[in-house]
Amino acid sequence: MSSSIDNNLITRPDQNLGRVISSITTPVSKVRSTKRIKRSYRHIRAENVFRRTLVIVALITVVLVLGILLTLVVQSTLSIKASGIGYVWGHVWDPVRDIFGAYPFILGTLLTSFLALFISIPFSFAVGVFLGEYHPKGWMPNLLKNTVELIAAVPSVIYGFWGLAVLVPIVRSFETKIGVDPVGLGIFTSSLILAIMIIPYAASLGRSMIQMVPSNLKEAAYSLGATRWEVIRSVIFPYTRSGLFAGVLLSLGRALGETMAVTMVIGNTSLIPKSIFAPGNTMASVIANEFTEADHPVYLSALIELGLVLFVVTVIINMIGKRLIKGFTN
Amino acid sequence: MKSIKINYKYRIGKNIGFQALITVLACGCVVPLIFILVYILKAGITKINWHFLTNLPKPVGESGGGIANALVGSMIIIAIASVIAIPFGILCGIYLSENKKSKLAYWSRLCIDILQGVPSIVIGIVAYFWLVKPLGGFSALSGSVALAIMMLPIIVRSTEETLLLLPDSLREAAFALGMPFHRVILKVIIPCGISGILSGVMLSVARIAGETAPLLFTAFGNPYLSTNILKPMQTLPLLIFNYATSPYNDWHDLAWGASCILLIWVLLLNIFTKLITRKWKVQL
Amino acid sequence: MESTIVKSVNYNAYFGDNHVVKNVNIEIPRNTTIAVMGPSGCGKTTFLRGINRMHELIPGATAKGQIMLNNEDVMEMHPIFVRLKIGMVFQRPNPFPNLSIYDNVIAGYKLNGIKLPKAEKDKIVEDSLTRVALWKEVKDSLTKKGSFLSGGQQQRLCIARAVAMEPEVLLFDEPTSALDPISTSTVEELFHELKKNYTLIIVTHNMQQAARVSDKTAFFYMGELVEYDNTKQMFTNPTDIRTQNYITGRFS
Repeated sequence: MSSSIDNNLITRPDQNLGRVISSITTPVSKVRSTKRIKRSYRHIRAENVFRRTLVIVALITVVLVLGILLTLVVQSTLSIKASGIGYVWGHVWDPVRDIFGAYPFILGTLLTSFLALFISIPFSFAVGVFLGEYHPKGWMPNLLKNTVELIAAVPSVIYGFWGLAVLVPIVRSFETKIGVDPVGLGIFTSSLILAIMIIPYAASLGRSMIQMVPSNLKEAAYSLGATRWEVIRSVIFPYTRSGLFAGVLLSLGRALGETMAVTMVIGNTSLIPKSIFAPGNTMASVIANEFTEADHPVYLSALIELGLVLFVVTVIINMIGKRLIKGFTN
Repeated sequence: MKSIKINYKYRIGKNIGFQALITVLACGCVVPLIFILVYILKAGITKINWHFLTNLPKPVGESGGGIANALVGSMIIIAIASVIAIPFGILCGIYLSENKKSKLAYWSRLCIDILQGVPSIVIGIVAYFWLVKPLGGFSALSGSVALAIMMLPIIVRSTEETLLLLPDSLREAAFALGMPFHRVILKVIIPCGISGILSGVMLSVARIAGETAPLLFTAFGNPYLSTNILKPMQTLPLLIFNYATSPYNDWHDLAWGASCILLIWVLLLNIFTKLITRKWKVQL
Repeated sequence: MESTIVKSVNYNAYFGDNHVVKNVNIEIPRNTTIAVMGPSGCGKTTFLRGINRMHELIPGATAKGQIMLNNEDVMEMHPIFVRLKIGMVFQRPNPFPNLSIYDNVIAGYKLNGIKLPKAEKDKIVEDSLTRVALWKEVKDSLTKKGSFLSGGQQQRLCIARAVAMEPEVLLFDEPTSALDPISTSTVEELFHELKKNYTLIIVTHNMQQAARVSDKTAFFYMGELVEYDNTKQMFTNPTDIRTQNYITGRFS
């Protein structure tokens, strides 16, 4: 008779029950033991149900994600068939004439995201180093840490509204000064808002990575007379490089998919942005703006294809980021 | 000798300079947040009164009006999303922590990771095709499902991580008393990890409370008070979006008030999370 | 009543492909204390955990053969029933941190959802705590959390928790290795008391302890049961050269 895991027996409990009854002959109070036996039969059944529920729940998560991918693919086939690969570099997006080129939005997305990344990285790293190396403990750093986390908690629609009311006029007067078209709305304004919003992602990851640097490495450098800056530059940064990069990737993934704040301040035009101060559109903002207006199937399908591209790109970026983190922590 | 000394001074200077730079940049991060918080509170707090909380928005041209429909709608949609996502997420977290190495756990974990990174607007699209189209119209229910999908990864991950931290001896003690698997989990493991699980749940609620993008084509918004979950429903973030991007000053005022309430509610959730996790922590 | 309570027949246990317990045959008489000793990694703990089927909780762990409890094969019973009849105490004291001392003692009932009248619960708690000589120390703080007790008290609480279920056999997995000498001697004294009502199987890597507390001793080496005899016989005149080497300290 071999038995592997509990499961084997659970799947055929009734077979065992007969044998069990006779074996419960312990001299305990009668009531208690019968109560126990009755309970136990019910337990075995419940245990079964519970285990199966867990498996089903885990299966559903897989089905959910496959379903999301499948839905996007199926719903965008119409557009894929109609525009083919030209979709990606088509310069014109004109729903009236049924011409769908996603290039302006892809460009807009890349511009806003990378500009935002460019602005936010020094700040994120500064927070990471400040909390990870200079001041890992104490009430002040704790406050800073919580405040930076709060940045991620503020809803994006509020960032958008604030941007619209406060940032846009500031950018407009700035644009007047440097002599470009003073729109206020545009790629640059979106990048500024995005930059604020994505600070916490790279910062908190950077902090935990920097804290994981073994102290004997740092001490070795200190004992050779290195200054703190030299230790950070030549021990901490090289050691945590992949982790810091992962933080940047996660921030990027966030920036690419951010919808509301960008939609509210980017200006929403399907033209290719001529400069970083020009209005534009990102993939997410086009979907948000035009989805409910899409009046014919190809139009809708073209929008969903944007969603598909966004989905695939963010998934890839996030996966690489997660891999890097895993590689680092192991 | 002299050159070493100069070099030495130079290095020290560089060290101090770098530390100063880091400190300035790190503290600089906080400035925009404080700016935003103060601005929203200042612009919004004056708009909030009893009338504002209990009345419907007025049409263009009439001043006054409130956001009662959005408040009620947000509550309903978040409640339904929670009812779907919390049990599901906790069960999935339990599966992942109990079956660390199974194939299904690997794939499930991967999918949860993917889900965490999916842009919210994409979830909105998917919910549109799964619920809005088959049901024949925008509905609060479809919005709740979209938000539930967004809550899921946070709850699953925090549950899994919390349960993995519990010592094995706890499970063994329970199993050795002849407890069936489900009772070991529900009566011992979950009560001991309740603080971590709860914090995940609260964080997920805080996250979706401000979500707008997935609701654009699901709950859609509604200028009137509605409690029918199969009909379009207004929520706070949707109201803010619609009114903030409108050209009318009265509507902007409404949006400021709503932003203020949303902000306070989200921040309170975050703070409560911190407090509750500390209070409910089971001493191991 | 027949005297053999636990009997293993050709019992084998594996972790994946790793054969950790090899063909063990042993008969354990009722109301005795059995010490199971051997160098670390010899499979003694695995064997012990096999008796109440805790072994199979570890992913990838399998077992073959028979463990007879009152002539019934526990391998064919549902683990829940096995564990109700065979209690276990672990290496580190592990009271439930979320429960009070009182609730910890009746945890086996409470957490299994068995409702008992208050008077009966009180009686079980008092009886069990008295049996482990803890009643006097904790009777005024029954509502406090179990984790507030000292290590030795926690371990006795865990024994009380197992005793409260009125099992026939109690398994101890190195029960004193995490305790200080004074707590250890308290627990060892308990064994003499508990023996009157239960059959005790104690895994220990401490030979002195085995000699002090047990009636019979089993010596495991490399997954095999090398020798099984009366403790006195074993320590004075072992038959197998490996046992002899072990008890004279030639390897550990």
